[in-house]
Amino acid sequence: MSITVKNLDYTYPSGVAALNNVSLKINKGEHIAIMGANGAGKTTLIKHFNGLLKPTKGHVLVNDIDTITSSVAEMAKIVGFVFQNPDHQLFLTTVEEEIKFGPTNFNFPEEQIQRDMEKVVTFLNLKNLLKRSPFSLSEGERKRVALASVLVMNPEILILDEPTMGQDAIQKRNIAKMIEELNQQGRTIALVTHDIEFVAEYQPRVVAMTEGRVIADGMAKDVLTNLEVLTKTKLRPPQITALAWEIANQKQSFPKDVITISEMKTKLLALER
Amino acid sequence: MDNIVQIRDLEFSYGTSRQPAIREIDLDIKKGEYIVIAGLSGCGKSTFCRCLNGLIPHFYRAGVMKGSVTVDGLDTREHPLYEITQKVGMVFQDPESQLMALTVERDIAFGPENLGLPREEIRIRVEEALELVKIAHLRERAPHELSGGEQQRVAIASVLALQPKILVLDEPTANLDPAGAVDVLNIIENLQVQKKITVIIVEHRLELALQSATRLLIMYDGTLVFDDKPERLIEKDITPAEVYGVQMPSLIQLFTQLMDEGHSFSQIPFNIPLAAAIILSELGSARSTSE
Repeated sequence: MSITVKNLDYTYPSGVAALNNVSLKINKGEHIAIMGANGAGKTTLIKHFNGLLKPTKGHVLVNDIDTITSSVAEMAKIVGFVFQNPDHQLFLTTVEEEIKFGPTNFNFPEEQIQRDMEKVVTFLNLKNLLKRSPFSLSEGERKRVALASVLVMNPEILILDEPTMGQDAIQKRNIAKMIEELNQQGRTIALVTHDIEFVAEYQPRVVAMTEGRVIADGMAKDVLTNLEVLTKTKLRPPQITALAWEIANQKQSFPKDVITISEMKTKLLALER
Repeated sequence: MDNIVQIRDLEFSYGTSRQPAIREIDLDIKKGEYIVIAGLSGCGKSTFCRCLNGLIPHFYRAGVMKGSVTVDGLDTREHPLYEITQKVGMVFQDPESQLMALTVERDIAFGPENLGLPREEIRIRVEEALELVKIAHLRERAPHELSGGEQQRVAIASVLALQPKILVLDEPTANLDPAGAVDVLNIIENLQVQKKITVIIVEHRLELALQSATRLLIMYDGTLVFDDKPERLIEKDITPAEVYGVQMPSLIQLFTQLMDEGHSFSQIPFNIPLAAAIILSELGSARSTSE
């Protein structure tokens, strides 16, 4: 399952031009992170991946299906979308009903629904909350419920808007593990995030946006260490990169494109010799 | 009295649960400290904050509070909320939940107006608060039109207009983008340095917050499991990252790993320039001593 974005423009009914000639290809099984300042068009872009928004100009193809001609319901079986604000997608009285809602609507067999639910609630540490009302939960917990209700549909493509926001370290690690595992199963993952330390550690392909345009697209190691890109997207470099730059200031031979802890350690120990 | 906050044997259970949300908390906080509180979601951090500004016990009446909390000489059980809120200002995760007026200026004036202060005094306080958080240019704007970072600064200003001695912030940057988070944390650091306000902040982004912290508290399962200088985090016998779910900044993880390989450092840095200086001077010298 791939996503192809061709010369996409999107202008909101209010007249705000949010996307300007965006072209992008996400291959099956890829893991990409879309980064940029607030208002750069990140969320507008990913809402095109499941047909929630239709292009003002240009095309978005999910495999060979043009989202202009397909319904959101049809796309929902292929593309799972998890919103930044979980309250935009939670509405039932218990966590269990919430998670079963999608597959029940698509008439999946009851045993399969039960089995898939067991799997995602274990995965996301929600077992003890099944009988609770989503609205009695903390924000981080509601976020995991929203994620579970999408994962239970087994989508080929998973779109996540700010999955780590407001999560503590353990939940963050769980989310990362889950993304990695889903990715290894061959699923395509596209996420929007501000969490540069998270991206530095897991190193997906990074697409950087500003003012409705893609200004960089490449390996995390290249994009996150590009000062011009970071400045334009109002991102701060990962801590490790900032440290590499500071050292390189005083020792010019030191590499500036370091983003992970393990790589930094290797470079430092080499410096020592 | 040196301690601006005194907590003795504090325990609180919400009416809905018999299990205490927080328990066995004893703590003294000195004037002007910058305290970061970390811990997993659900560990009692927010409940603890509510105890500091008197929402517990005054607002959560169905619950049971044991022990005592004294803020700037006021026992929170014996004094009404409006007195306590003039000592302790509270800022929440979602700024929209505490902004309500049509302009920024009106929002900041709301607290002092409610205290029935004279008009001139209100004006002075609003101006001062606008200056302190650097939003004088936004005074005529509607709070709901502002960015998240700007809104959070308005929320802080409206709390500052009550001239509190203690500022309690419960995940103030959780909903902000990195630029907004840095802005807000810089403002808070300034308040502590310039106005000597005591800061108590719940924050997950330790890589930003620990740069200013004088003390770190880690909560786990309703109680305090770590209370010390941030540097003490990486001593061999304490592994909070693993045990208590606190995310160590990558800078600290790097230093920990270097120490595991036999290197030692004169101190553990929480900011980049210091880290670079230590690495350049001490990694080299480790070689000369080992040769």
